[in-house]
Amino acid sequence: MTQLISLLTSAIVFGTVILYGSLGEILTEKSGNLNLGVPGIMYLGGIAGLAAAFFYEMHAAEPVGAVGLVLSFLAAILASMLGGLIYAFLTITLRANQNVTGLTLTIFGAGLANLFGGSLNALAGGVGQISVAVTSRAYRAYIPALAGLGLPGQLLFSFGFMAYLAIVIALIANWFLNRSRVGLNLRAVGEDPATADAAGINVTRYKYLATCVGAGISGLGGLYYAMDYIKGTWSTDGTIEALGWLAVALVIFATWKPARAIWSAYLFGVLYWAYNYIAGLSRASIELFKMLPYVVTIIVLVAVSMRRSREAQPPKSLGLSYFREER
Amino acid sequence: MNNHEPLIHIAKRDGMVWWRAWLVRLAAAIAALLVCALFIYGLTKLNPVKVYAAMWQGAFGSARRSWITVRDATILLCIGVGLAPAFMMRFWNVGAEGQVLMGGCATAAVLIYAGRALSTPMLLLIGGAASIAAGVLWGVIPAIFKARWNTNETLFTLMMNYIAIQITCFLVAKWENPKGSNSVGIINQQTQAGWFPAIFGQQYMMNVIIVLALTVGMYLYLKYTKHGYEISVVGESENTARYAGISVKRVIIRTMALSGAVCGLSGFVAVAGASHTISTSTAGGRGFTAIIVAWMAKFNTFVMILIAFLLVFLEKGAIQIASQFKLNDYASEVVTGIILFFLLGSEFFIQYTVHFRSHGHKKEVQA
Amino acid sequence: MAEEFAVRMVDITKTFGQVKANHKVYLELKKGEILSLLGENGSGKTTLMNMLSGIYFPDEGQIYIDGREVTIASPHDAYKLGIGMVHQHFKLVDVLTAAENIELGLPGGAVVDRKAVGRKVREICDRYGFSVDPDKKVYDMSVSEKQTLEIVKTLYRGANILILDEPTAVLTPQETEKLFAVMRNMRNDGKSIIIITHKLNEVLAISDRVTVLRKGEYIGDMDTAKADARALTDMMVGRTVTLNIQRDEPVQPQRRLEIRNLTVKDAEGVVRLDDVNLDVYAGEILGIAGISGCGQKELLEAIAGLQPTVSGSSVKYRPTGPDGPAEELVGQDPRSIAEKGVRLAFVPEDRLGMGLVASMTLVGNMMLKEYRSGKSPLVDRKHPHDMAQQIVQELEVVTPSIDTPVRKLSGGNVQKVLVGREIAMTPSVLMTAYAVRGLDINTSYTIYNLLNEQKRRGVAVIYVGEDLDVLLQLCDRIAVLCGGRLNGVLDGRTATKEEVGYHMTALQNDRKEAGA
Repeated sequence: MTQLISLLTSAIVFGTVILYGSLGEILTEKSGNLNLGVPGIMYLGGIAGLAAAFFYEMHAAEPVGAVGLVLSFLAAILASMLGGLIYAFLTITLRANQNVTGLTLTIFGAGLANLFGGSLNALAGGVGQISVAVTSRAYRAYIPALAGLGLPGQLLFSFGFMAYLAIVIALIANWFLNRSRVGLNLRAVGEDPATADAAGINVTRYKYLATCVGAGISGLGGLYYAMDYIKGTWSTDGTIEALGWLAVALVIFATWKPARAIWSAYLFGVLYWAYNYIAGLSRASIELFKMLPYVVTIIVLVAVSMRRSREAQPPKSLGLSYFREER
Repeated sequence: MNNHEPLIHIAKRDGMVWWRAWLVRLAAAIAALLVCALFIYGLTKLNPVKVYAAMWQGAFGSARRSWITVRDATILLCIGVGLAPAFMMRFWNVGAEGQVLMGGCATAAVLIYAGRALSTPMLLLIGGAASIAAGVLWGVIPAIFKARWNTNETLFTLMMNYIAIQITCFLVAKWENPKGSNSVGIINQQTQAGWFPAIFGQQYMMNVIIVLALTVGMYLYLKYTKHGYEISVVGESENTARYAGISVKRVIIRTMALSGAVCGLSGFVAVAGASHTISTSTAGGRGFTAIIVAWMAKFNTFVMILIAFLLVFLEKGAIQIASQFKLNDYASEVVTGIILFFLLGSEFFIQYTVHFRSHGHKKEVQA
Repeated sequence: MAEEFAVRMVDITKTFGQVKANHKVYLELKKGEILSLLGENGSGKTTLMNMLSGIYFPDEGQIYIDGREVTIASPHDAYKLGIGMVHQHFKLVDVLTAAENIELGLPGGAVVDRKAVGRKVREICDRYGFSVDPDKKVYDMSVSEKQTLEIVKTLYRGANILILDEPTAVLTPQETEKLFAVMRNMRNDGKSIIIITHKLNEVLAISDRVTVLRKGEYIGDMDTAKADARALTDMMVGRTVTLNIQRDEPVQPQRRLEIRNLTVKDAEGVVRLDDVNLDVYAGEILGIAGISGCGQKELLEAIAGLQPTVSGSSVKYRPTGPDGPAEELVGQDPRSIAEKGVRLAFVPEDRLGMGLVASMTLVGNMMLKEYRSGKSPLVDRKHPHDMAQQIVQELEVVTPSIDTPVRKLSGGNVQKVLVGREIAMTPSVLMTAYAVRGLDINTSYTIYNLLNEQKRRGVAVIYVGEDLDVLLQLCDRIAVLCGGRLNGVLDGRTATKEEVGYHMTALQNDRKEAGA
């Protein structure tokens, strides 16, 4: 039982990282933009948050966790939105190819983040690893009274606030896409930009906004990873990139539905960590276990295309740039 | 608000003379280098000209460095060459990373299991064949689903990468040497069985020969063969292809088999010809970088040589300045990213013209 | 009501490149009437209406709405003036519901109040006799439901002036009746309606008045009560124009294609070509007449092996006459047809999207059909190169070089390249679809001459055309398609323009058998 609880809690932490990434990407893809720069954006979000907290903690005489939290949170959103803006400008205004631009953004984001992540301390004249203990503690704070309520308490209340924020954002995104007027227009842009244009919707503005806001949300995944998952440090081992691609996979697995992404993210987490809880696995077979999320994603992708289920398809104009031909 | 005469009018060009197009690209590259210089100056407060000189040192400062640059550029080029036919067909094979790794794993398997039993030429022959088979498998699976059910190939090939990465991790753990190191180590270090032999005393000459042969071969294949012709017709218009009696499905599957084969062979070159080991960094993101190489070269494999060298030069140069100025290697990715952004953006000015209109309605133009 | 006219369009001119799509056209729509806008294909009806709905902007002329001169620069402007147009290609998002499509792009609160939308939709439906399920997804809808949705959408957005572009083209007779019933209801409610059509019986059945366009010009209008089919046809097709196209007597025409029970259904299961029986003779030009979309495309593509046919269909190819050996073409693809030695040339309607590869050079396009020949894995460029040079020379193709991508050529030159290539394969059957569409007079005559030359050489030529004058003066026989059915085969030398017109618009019920 404790094993199960511990599997589930680690799955939720893991799932939260990719949930942010994929929620942002769902929003972006709903506008018809396939942004393969998600890993890069998550990197940008992570490093910006970390750097903001780092400089704050370095310069403040007595750093306060909450201040570091707010600063790093804002920095993360801003940096990742800027990443999204680069992508949007290149693909929407300059009509560059979406796939190639996205991949470049991933290279750029990963490079920038690891450059600073690896040398922030050296640049600031210090030695050793970067660490923002105070801010990270604020991110990981939970209410002990609730978390202490036995197993359910541990399962439901032992996480930092961002784990809950992800669920809230998912539910809001779900409401936004399915219920709100702007969300309705956004879906029309991603499905059929020409029709949306004819209906008086400003396609360019919608694409820009969806891409930038989406990037901002994706970037929070990187922030959560840096602040909570690895507790306010930085590692250049490429984990964020792997998680970023998993976030892209999650978009497909959740068939572009934010509410579905919640439990799917945790399921990915369970699949990813399951090896820890199965006795007698060799290190080699652990690696095979880790491929499960991708395999199930392919199965979903294939099944959706074979069934031709209209509800589970990618947005119809995904990956294509739109511009109204001058007549 | 739509106006019938917007202030800015963007129209597709009929085409630009090649030298003007290259001037635009050159201007973009120079602009990018300026931005990079600012970036470097911001970080190091050093004279950017000196920094660029240091970069040149890093890439070509010695014969050994030059050869490393050549070695890495050839592998990147090889993957780009593999992607060319798929892209010409407008098939988004973003699965090169996985195809390279599978090719590399197949090669490593041959070197490990048959390293004692067979001679090096035999090992190379079988290793090459195995890597091709593995690459073909990885390329053809998404192609079949694309041809039969129109399954989105971008997402499918992307996912195949990570399955390949996990398979590689699995094999690394299985073959690890010495135990507990979590790496395969140099395969056949003593015997050098299955390694590319030195030619003219140069360790990496064979890589160069193989990849140049592939580059030329692919160029000829795409330009002069019936298959190449079919690929360009399918890429341009499936309707026309059907009209001409071309089986679109067959061309898709055949072309992806070829694309996967060359990418798989890149894995062979990377393992048997360069690193003599296998790990996920055998591909190390080059499968993705090569997508950019192939795309920017517009399927022309000779232009790919140029771009591949440019990117590897940047990488080596940036690594050099990083170590000189106590940054880390990732500076190279930043510089690469900036340059690619500029080059990608510059294509707009080659494809389109922008006119500003002086007259028109008083209403404001949309954003 | 002070103002009698809901819409007045005065001296409207619109030019696309060299083509005058509308020339000083005049149109008026009274309040609370149904006006038919009648004309053949290419007579400029849709262009005129697109200017009213803000898609095009007129080069010259004035538009008055309710007596006030207005500028309509965008669909949004038109919508603010209460003008709504239902296009032939529906502008609906598949994965959204009816209500969501209706609300799309409209201003309003943050949340779409589905209940309110549904209520308002039902109100409109009850008022005019539509039936729309607000919660139904568009992809689950039939064509007629989608059309209804489009009309409801324009009404919901407050349209008082409705334009329907050939609404009946996609409907069954029963659905057409239903549509007409709601149109009458809307008129009685004070809406003004323009229906674009080329079907005379519909004009007479539904409209109060009719305005006729021909070749981009305004011909006249009249009250439907005073009109009859003959008068309208005369206005629509005009007097016969002598074109002086050469026409030889066919020499020993022999049956080369036997088309039997040819039936084609599209992806949605709608019958596009219905049980067509037709013979095509070597040494003659067979014209195919018909309103566009009546099965011409399907007929040619079925023969060429590009359309799946319903079982029982048959197209027999007899290279040596009716008693010689026969090859069944149905069930084969273009490649196997070619490999059987059937020299079938096809100039499709979509020149750059099907007949040619737009980004390839002239030489590259010459290879399209013959690149496979020979055992070598390499393509032979020598022969296509010579062929391109020859075609450029003989047909006087204007191009910088034979290594220029064909998309950079003008329409006429593109067509010369395509026809030239198809003729160069020395065909035994040559099919052309709208071979002179968009071409200038000189190029058109070049094409007619090429077809005549092929006829003299004993080729079976099929000419799908839209200009009746050309059909009557070029073709030996004219097969008329109407709604996917063969509605008679006429003698090109004796038939009159009116006669062809009647067959096209389904007035003639007695079907003549194939053969002149």
